[in-house]
Amino acid sequence: MSSDHSAVSVHEHPPPSFGVPNLKLAFWLFLASDCMLFGSLIATYLSYRGKDQLFGNGPYPLDLFSVEVTTISTFDLLMSSVTMVLAVAAIQRGNMFQTRLWLGLTALLGAIFVGFQGYEFTHFYLEGLKLQGNLFGSTFYVLTGFHGTHVTLGVVWLLLVLATTFTKHRGMVTHLNVEVAGLYWHFVDIVWIVIFTLVYLMEYTV
Amino acid sequence: MASPAIVLPEHCSEEKLSGIWSWITTVDHKRIGVMYGVSALSFFILGGVEALAIRTQLAMPNQSIVGAHFYNSLVTMHATTMIFLMVMPLSAAFFNYMVPLMIGARDVAFPRLNAFSFWTFLFGGLFINSSFFFGEAPAAGWFGYANLTSIQYSPGPGVDFWALGLQTLGVASLAAGFNFIATILNMRAPGMSLMRMPVFVWMTLVVQFLVILSFPMITVALILLTFDRMFGTNFYVPEAGGDPLLWQHLFWLFGHPEVYILILPAMGIVSEVLPVFARKPLFGAPFVIFSGILIGFVGFGVWSHHMFTTGLGPVADTAFSLATMLIAIPTGVKIFNWLATIWGGSIRFTTAMLFALGFISMFTIGGLSGVMHASPPIDLHHQDSYFVVAHFHYVLYGGAILGLFSGIYYWFPKITGKLMDESWGKVHFWSSLVGLNVTFFPMHFLGMQGMPRRVYTYEGGFGWDIWNLCATVGAFTLALSALIFFINLLKSLANGEQAGNDPWDGATLEWTLTSPPPVHNFDLMPKVTSERPFWDQKYGSTHGHDDTTEVAEEEQLPAEIHIHMPPASYWPMVVSFGVITFFAGLMIHPVVSVVGALTVIVGTVAWTFEPE
Ligand code: HEM
Ligand SMILES: [Cu+2]
Repeated sequence: MSSDHSAVSVHEHPPPSFGVPNLKLAFWLFLASDCMLFGSLIATYLSYRGKDQLFGNGPYPLDLFSVEVTTISTFDLLMSSVTMVLAVAAIQRGNMFQTRLWLGLTALLGAIFVGFQGYEFTHFYLEGLKLQGNLFGSTFYVLTGFHGTHVTLGVVWLLLVLATTFTKHRGMVTHLNVEVAGLYWHFVDIVWIVIFTLVYLMEYTV
Repeated sequence: MASPAIVLPEHCSEEKLSGIWSWITTVDHKRIGVMYGVSALSFFILGGVEALAIRTQLAMPNQSIVGAHFYNSLVTMHATTMIFLMVMPLSAAFFNYMVPLMIGARDVAFPRLNAFSFWTFLFGGLFINSSFFFGEAPAAGWFGYANLTSIQYSPGPGVDFWALGLQTLGVASLAAGFNFIATILNMRAPGMSLMRMPVFVWMTLVVQFLVILSFPMITVALILLTFDRMFGTNFYVPEAGGDPLLWQHLFWLFGHPEVYILILPAMGIVSEVLPVFARKPLFGAPFVIFSGILIGFVGFGVWSHHMFTTGLGPVADTAFSLATMLIAIPTGVKIFNWLATIWGGSIRFTTAMLFALGFISMFTIGGLSGVMHASPPIDLHHQDSYFVVAHFHYVLYGGAILGLFSGIYYWFPKITGKLMDESWGKVHFWSSLVGLNVTFFPMHFLGMQGMPRRVYTYEGGFGWDIWNLCATVGAFTLALSALIFFINLLKSLANGEQAGNDPWDGATLEWTLTSPPPVHNFDLMPKVTSERPFWDQKYGSTHGHDDTTEVAEEEQLPAEIHIHMPPASYWPMVVSFGVITFFAGLMIHPVVSVVGALTVIVGTVAWTFEPE
């Protein structure tokens, strides 16, 4: 920036009055909003839970769930949060190789999770759980489907960031960018923990 | 002292900023504000014509000027248009134009996202209205109660237009919400602490929080509805165990915060206008601010007052009744603060001031009937009657719209550089005031006499005839007043008196600028030392310590200042187009949706890699 006394360049905005960069702040707000979205979907699921039994309209959750398989996919998603943390740490240290490595691994683990979900959906469908069939089908597919869409978009996002590190735009892959992608990723992960608990694990309690 | 020369980037030159293309690609918050305003006022005309058709049909018993089904379309589209395409975007016009000026910023936090919000809103509004030409306009009410919206009871495409159109408008509002909160929290000029922000900015902030937290709930409600209609799910189908009340919960969980989304901007405007024309600072400004915040919070806990007649049980009814009565307290606090502001002031009865005073009185009437139906046993009689129609028109026309008119008369000179004609303005005000009372006051009587709302005609001889005729006469008076307004607007635009920078002796930062303000708003970042920076500058500090000018003068200024402004971009509009294509595709063909989704993705990526 030229700083001879006769001309100043007012390029940068003044520092954020709130102390958090705009992008990050906006993202926190987006996540708050997304909480309400998942909150409403989960509330819908819970308010219809068990109603099919009254109508004798199966299949019911315990006819289909395999807690082992879902535990594995949950573990896979949890691990992707760890790799995401490592990616943020790597870019903070300015280590491009490790950033790429951990971003790639996070995306891979995310894709594996989506794969598990694809398997689960197919399996349930073949066992007779239809989107149009009973309330469990409608609420289950819509809730977990929305979560799966979130994960898929997250994978696409991570891959885009990763691709950018190989282009002339690599300067755009900043610490802030990776951190914001990380925020989203952890959020999607936490939502899954809630879904896993309320939708799956709760079926095994009395 | 010589002021420094301002050097703007090449893309801000005179000729780059003219022509239609410059509007399509603009990312300037002021131009986007103007586009919001023009669109909202156009939709106002449309919604008004629908209202006139409704009132003509109801003028006398047993008429069949419009058929029953088309009548349902008219009420649905009237309410949808006025709420989502008129009051909200007209408020957005002021957020866009005024908030950056009032907090001393060059633009909003994300200028291109701002353009995206506007185009998405516009496309969504046009999409819903296009239903008139494609078979059937939505006819299930603005509240879209399940299972009236099911394929069985609404087989036409109207409900799909409505659901997907609202979904699109939701996307626009959410994007604007993130943007404006970031702007207000982060882009304030040095010295503008939160408690020094103008009350209008505060109300904008509260509104945006309401938007980002309440819109997702209607998003989900609409997704479930769309799934029911398009993919055969059973969310709202009682035969399969679904519960139509789920819709009502989700809808009103959004719907009640929404009514505050509609009224708080007007409250903010009035809180700016009253002090200026009473020449007194706003009385107890922190109370007005905290009341606004409280209203925002409690507003999330009262939704079931729209559902007293659905049989939620005595405990729920009591809780929601109490919460609803509680929310009237902060509302009342604000009214008393406004009254105390004008008390003993030297009042100038300009048109803007008249509208602000009209707002206080009319809104109070609406608030009083609101508290009445906060009581479940009373509401059992009010619900679905014209008494409720009277209530929400007093708060919406008498409240939101009068407040917004006040804002138009107050800020028009800043935006255009011309004054609006005051004599015609006053004719506009008085005809509005008379018209709205003649239209909506009799609806209280109609409700008390048992006339249900949402009916396309009625039998004579119940004592309803005279009040219906009266309301229709009032509606045409209101139409006349709107006509006067539009003529005044256009005439003043063409040859209004020059306004100068500060026609009203304003207190806030926007009045320190030229009218209209330059592209970059501020040459130098203003330094703010109180909540009334411009009054301090003109009359000396009211706080006892140094004022704005002194600080600026002490500084050593450079001879030249280079200012960075974001370049124009067409990607926001492309992405908006992708969004509407995606939603429209759900009704046309999946391939269209895929094309829309790809447009969104490609557009977003291109947008990210654009130089800022
Ligand atoms: C003192 C504050 C207020 C209270 C206590 C209040 C209370 C209520 C209640 C209890 C109802 C339900 C009536 C029924 O359907 O039986 C209602 C309806 C309504 N209120 Fe208010 N209200 C207040 C302010 C407002 C404001 C500021 C607005 C908008 C700017 C508003 C807009 C509406 C609308 C649109 C409806 C009707 C919704 C429908 O059924 O279509 N209200 N209000
Ligand atoms: Cu309400």
